Amino acid sequence: MNPNYELPLDEADYSFGFLDEFAKREVRRTILKAISIPGYQTPYASREMPMGRGFGTGGLQLTLSLIGQDDTLKVIDQGSDDSVNAVNLRHFVELTCPGVNTTERTTEATLIQSRHRIPEVDLTESQVLILQVPYPDPLVVVEPSEAKRKVMHGEGDYSRLLTKLYEDIVQFDEITISHRYPTRINGHYVIDPSPIPRYDVPRLYRSKALILLGAGREKKIYAVPPYTVTEPLAFDDVPFRTEDFRDANGHRRACGRCGATDSFLDELIAEDGSKAWQCSDSDYCNQRLAELAQEVSA
Amino acid sequence: MKKILEVRNLTKIHGRGCPQCIDSTGPEADTNICPHCGSVVAAYGVSFDLHAGEILGIMGESGSGKSTVVKTLYFDDAPSAGEAIVFDEARQWNLFALNAAEQRWLRNHRLGMVYQNPHLGLNFNVSAGGNIAERLLMSDLAHYGEIRERARRLLARTEVLPERMDESPKKFSGGMQQRVQIAKALATQPPLLYLDEVTTGLDLSVQARILDLILEIQQELNTAMIVVTHDLGVIRLLAGRTIVMKYGRIIESGLTDQILEDPQHAYTQRLVASAL
Repeated sequence: MNPNYELPLDEADYSFGFLDEFAKREVRRTILKAISIPGYQTPYASREMPMGRGFGTGGLQLTLSLIGQDDTLKVIDQGSDDSVNAVNLRHFVELTCPGVNTTERTTEATLIQSRHRIPEVDLTESQVLILQVPYPDPLVVVEPSEAKRKVMHGEGDYSRLLTKLYEDIVQFDEITISHRYPTRINGHYVIDPSPIPRYDVPRLYRSKALILLGAGREKKIYAVPPYTVTEPLAFDDVPFRTEDFRDANGHRRACGRCGATDSFLDELIAEDGSKAWQCSDSDYCNQRLAELAQEVSA
Repeated sequence: MKKILEVRNLTKIHGRGCPQCIDSTGPEADTNICPHCGSVVAAYGVSFDLHAGEILGIMGESGSGKSTVVKTLYFDDAPSAGEAIVFDEARQWNLFALNAAEQRWLRNHRLGMVYQNPHLGLNFNVSAGGNIAERLLMSDLAHYGEIRERARRLLARTEVLPERMDESPKKFSGGMQQRVQIAKALATQPPLLYLDEVTTGLDLSVQARILDLILEIQQELNTAMIVVTHDLGVIRLLAGRTIVMKYGRIIESGLTDQILEDPQHAYTQRLVASAL
């Protein structure tokens, strides 16, 4: 490159959304393809981002390609808006997308980038949920060769995955996959729905919001389009079940902060070794607290 | 008798091949490597029929192409030329014209294979029961209780202790591994079963029991089988008809008794004389 060459002033800065327009266009095209073939892992040229791969670069590239100035973004990390990953990603978007609103309220957001949780509040048709994915291929546990996995996906051959579930039941009397539960999308492709807990898997079923999943390191994008039928792999006589948060007496545990008994709970261990349970979705918990405070004052 | 498999002119050439390959290899040329282009003619012009409930033996020395024939018929290997038709209840399957998904369906539902090396036929990372479950799951059975019950019955049938069904086949003896393989191959009750050197490398008493088991299964389920072996004893015991192969060609075929008592080809004569 000519060392005396200077970029024109209007191109010297980063473009809106950090990625250049060609990169954004490529990601958008990939998204369209992913939506057209629900559950298919569409390859794309994952760009270098100013953060390590594995820290949500796949999700971030989706967000940056989709976001516009009239969008409101919410970033969640394990249900929380305030953990390091969420805060940093949100700052990055604020920095590179001037004019974009960010929020912690699920209901206000138009774009939600999330790591490992689906928000408790039902999403709407006008929202898009973007999940960060570390390992996109559910078959990787049974087949090391990607070429063979592609053939297995193409032919809908998931018997070896089911064999793994069989072995689980034989050994432990139940299926031991706690997150990344293999889920069949629209009757064909089985996806790894990112490390969302089993509790969140039924919420993929006919979701009103478009769900996009991006794996930056593995360079794959796949989608669960709105109102798509999703079905976790299971046996006819051993149905899929979710975490139920019952204590030893069979009572459903409640959130120690807001008292909710209908949310996914995190187990917290205090310094003295005692355990407490609290909503994993911090926005849901805060909203409930605010409502309760209103009721008390009224 | 109902025909179940028809093979015509099955040919497999490893390498790029040349017009002289066929003429310059075979038993007369005493080689299966083409001197002009170096390609290996593993099988050429193999044709035979197989009827329901029949056991066909394929006999020959190492490198004679007997395993190649079975591998192409089980889709492990693609043939260079030829035709094979499986006659199912309702329809016919032209094996080498099927797409990958149809091949997989046919393999899972209508064919069974027992390899010489259990590592090829079994997945050693899952239990013996899991291996059978895998094949049942491939044939679209998704009821855990039923899979378990059928796996138990199959293992009992092949004389593997049902108490050991949740152990990895790694912990089994060679004979037991072979029994698990047979149970796995039989899981979907295929009308056609391939046995590739199933008893080679096992000690004599174990060999005898596995051969008994194969005969019993054949009589119980009326399964048609192709038995590939270099062991004349196995051929004599199991096969009704036999094909003798050398350097990729069929040099003699007919009733087993006839071939063993009155061999016509010089090579077969030498083979029979050396063994008996």
